[in-house]
Amino acid sequence: MVKENAKTLLEINNLQIRFGGIKAVDGLSLSVKEGEIVTLIGSNGAGKSTTMKAISGMVKPFAGEIIFGSDNITGQAPNVIVSKGITMVPEGRRVFPNLTVLENLKIGAYLRYDNLTNDIDYVYSLFPRLRERSWQLAGTLSGGEQQMLAVGRALMAKPKLIMMDEPSLGLAPIVVAEIFEIIKEINRQGITVVLNEQNANMALKIGDRGYVFETGRISMSGKCSDLANDPKVQEAYLGKSK
Amino acid sequence: MENAKKKSLIKSLKYAIFFVLLFAALVIIDVKNPSYSMIITVLKKGTVYALIAVSMNILNGFTGLFSLGQAGFMLLGAYTYAVLTMTNEAREAVYYLSGYSVTFTLPWYVGLILAGAVAAFFAFLIGLPVLKLKSDYLAIATLGFAEILRAFSQWAKLEKITNGSIQLRDYPTFSKSSLLEGTVFENASLTPYVLIVSLCLLLIVLMINSTYGRAFKAIRDDEIAAEAMGINLAHHKRLSFITSSFFAGIGGALLAIYQSSITASQFKSSTTYEILLIVVIGGIGSITGSVLASYLYIACSEWWLRGLDSGSFLGLNLPNVFRSGFRMVVFSVIIMVIVLFFRKGIMGERELNLDRVGWFFTKILPSLFKKKNKAESGKEAVK
Repeated sequence: MVKENAKTLLEINNLQIRFGGIKAVDGLSLSVKEGEIVTLIGSNGAGKSTTMKAISGMVKPFAGEIIFGSDNITGQAPNVIVSKGITMVPEGRRVFPNLTVLENLKIGAYLRYDNLTNDIDYVYSLFPRLRERSWQLAGTLSGGEQQMLAVGRALMAKPKLIMMDEPSLGLAPIVVAEIFEIIKEINRQGITVVLNEQNANMALKIGDRGYVFETGRISMSGKCSDLANDPKVQEAYLGKSK
Repeated sequence: MENAKKKSLIKSLKYAIFFVLLFAALVIIDVKNPSYSMIITVLKKGTVYALIAVSMNILNGFTGLFSLGQAGFMLLGAYTYAVLTMTNEAREAVYYLSGYSVTFTLPWYVGLILAGAVAAFFAFLIGLPVLKLKSDYLAIATLGFAEILRAFSQWAKLEKITNGSIQLRDYPTFSKSSLLEGTVFENASLTPYVLIVSLCLLLIVLMINSTYGRAFKAIRDDEIAAEAMGINLAHHKRLSFITSSFFAGIGGALLAIYQSSITASQFKSSTTYEILLIVVIGGIGSITGSVLASYLYIACSEWWLRGLDSGSFLGLNLPNVFRSGFRMVVFSVIIMVIVLFFRKGIMGERELNLDRVGWFFTKILPSLFKKKNKAESGKEAVK
């Protein structure tokens, strides 16, 4: 839920990331306001995931700055960034297969020292299916349940900003709908969401604002409803021909 | 909630009783048998190896770092203990070629703790460059460092401290303790090992079950996700490496105490492989598995399969086949069978579960016998 005159939560200025000689992200700027759902769309290799990794500290930027709230978090260690309130749901779920569901959730709150009972109950109320499987090893869950666990695990850190890298990857349409419903629910409770999604149709439906990535740069940005009606976007990402 | 608390209390009580009984049994065996008997020897060595195997399991099984440096850290522990706890009279005899430069003598328990501390310190230093490596490369690097440590301890320039490649002996051991003279425990020699190792294992179990242990397992399962959750990879890997080496050092010191003399040449990489074997047989990632496997391994190699080397085994008397060295052939076959058919080891990633053990003895065993009876009675009916 975006309030009127909401503050800027995350700001990226002229970000550059290089892998050897390859410019994965080349002079990219974007901003996220408090309470928004921002969607990033674009083809494979456009630099969406890399940008997310840079924000979470797992990739060091070559140049540019990333500002979260009032802190400059450019190039800081992932654990510092998580403790400041940014968590990432990594691409392909990546739950810990040999830990139980409960242990996975507790790992999500690794940097917190307070009581977790309420938060575990909160995650279980969002995903009742996880409560049933609390003692099951995460590796034995279905793909959809693993995605729910990955989201729940990220929520355990009590983030201000949650970044989701392709949450719909390899999931059945009905499960995808469920996950997106949860994303909206999380956002309604005041958590800002950045969504990287191949399923541009869905992503533009639930997002407030969107950025279109093209070869390491942003080629278009604006309200999601506007982007969804833009003929170029429709042709390239929504599969509608003229 | 009340019910759950009650349940967990009953559960921990059950385990407490089980371990007290187990300990009592070991003490009784210890008191009833002379210290030179086979069963005591096997139990002693098995206890020492249990600690070393579990220390390796912290790294390989729980943190997913494949390290082969265990022998090096055992050597550091053994040498630290031997050098620092020897009396000056003993040193006169031991360092007869070179003379000695360490002239103070520490009590045995201080020596034991220092053995762990020195190994941990070296682990910290070695870990700085080495822990950046992954999988096989880490194994190769740690193996190399262990060999360097061994070569270093045999270096002529360090003769006055390590006695070069000549053995160290006459440091305090548990066999001649005057403390217990005149009591029932007069010839108890196994109990001190069991006490020390149990204490170390308890500390390890507490660590594995803490948030640190959970972070180790998370790193083992998925490094990238662990990093994304805010776990500092370098810090936790180093912590795991240092803890593992600390207990390997104490294990090395205990091995020195058990053998009552040590040389650097016995801490070759083959020692590491022996321990790796125990960890694999027991189950990578299971503490009770490692403990169980180390007793089994030591009992087999020192006791049960001895007959294969000396002529007669299981009542068969074939001196032409059962000659020295045949034991290792049979042993290799057993290991191959384990690796092929029990790929996860005896315990897999599970720990000892008393309910399962109880279920096995009350349900599974009787049902096996029942089936047999039925089959027999069926045969009779046909007749």
